[in-house]
Amino acid sequence: MIFALAGFGILLAMVLVLIRLIKGPTLYDRVLAVNSFGTHTVLLIGVVGFWNGRPDFLDIALLYALINFVGTIAVLKFFRYRAIGDVMWTPPEKDKDA
Amino acid sequence: MSEYGIILQFLSWTLIAGGTFFVVIGAIGTLRFPDFWPRLHAASITESGGVILLLAGLCLHAGWTLVMLKLIFIGVFLLITGPTSTHAIANAALVSGLRPKSQSVAPNKADDESS
Repeated sequence: MIFALAGFGILLAMVLVLIRLIKGPTLYDRVLAVNSFGTHTVLLIGVVGFWNGRPDFLDIALLYALINFVGTIAVLKFFRYRAIGDVMWTPPEKDKDA
Repeated sequence: MSEYGIILQFLSWTLIAGGTFFVVIGAIGTLRFPDFWPRLHAASITESGGVILLLAGLCLHAGWTLVMLKLIFIGVFLLITGPTSTHAIANAALVSGLRPKSQSVAPNKADDESS
């Protein structure tokens, strides 16, 4: 029963974060919202796995946590250097692009 | 449900409820705070408080099994990458010139040049 409460609580939190994702004025609000949504997904997988009595979903949750982190860093790096792979030039000292 | 004392079940239920409470509070904070920087703080509440309590509650429910080890792995990993990703986002925002609106903190030298 408590897993139902936890599951719906996390779902509610996901909806709130999605609203922030849509509303977020700056780019970094959106990156923050996506990162937070990923963490909520990890917790939701764990809770729902326990809810159905099949806790072997935790491997997927762990994998999702890994990929969520890498994804956030990749997005940040892209918007920082305009490229993910071959960062040849070093950014100017005080660049202004938001 | 593995058979365990009623106290253990009560403990795991309170931990899970507490974890859910922190997750929802963090999400509400992420939505309602006025500026990007307070939102960053609110989002990290779910990363730390929500994760610790929720996973601890699940650990108590699972008991001394492999599942508990997986939960501990997830918890350790999230506690390492949570603050790291929050720092990365904050650093990227600061470098790109996003400053706290309220400037309640004393404007340091960097602000004078960029603003």
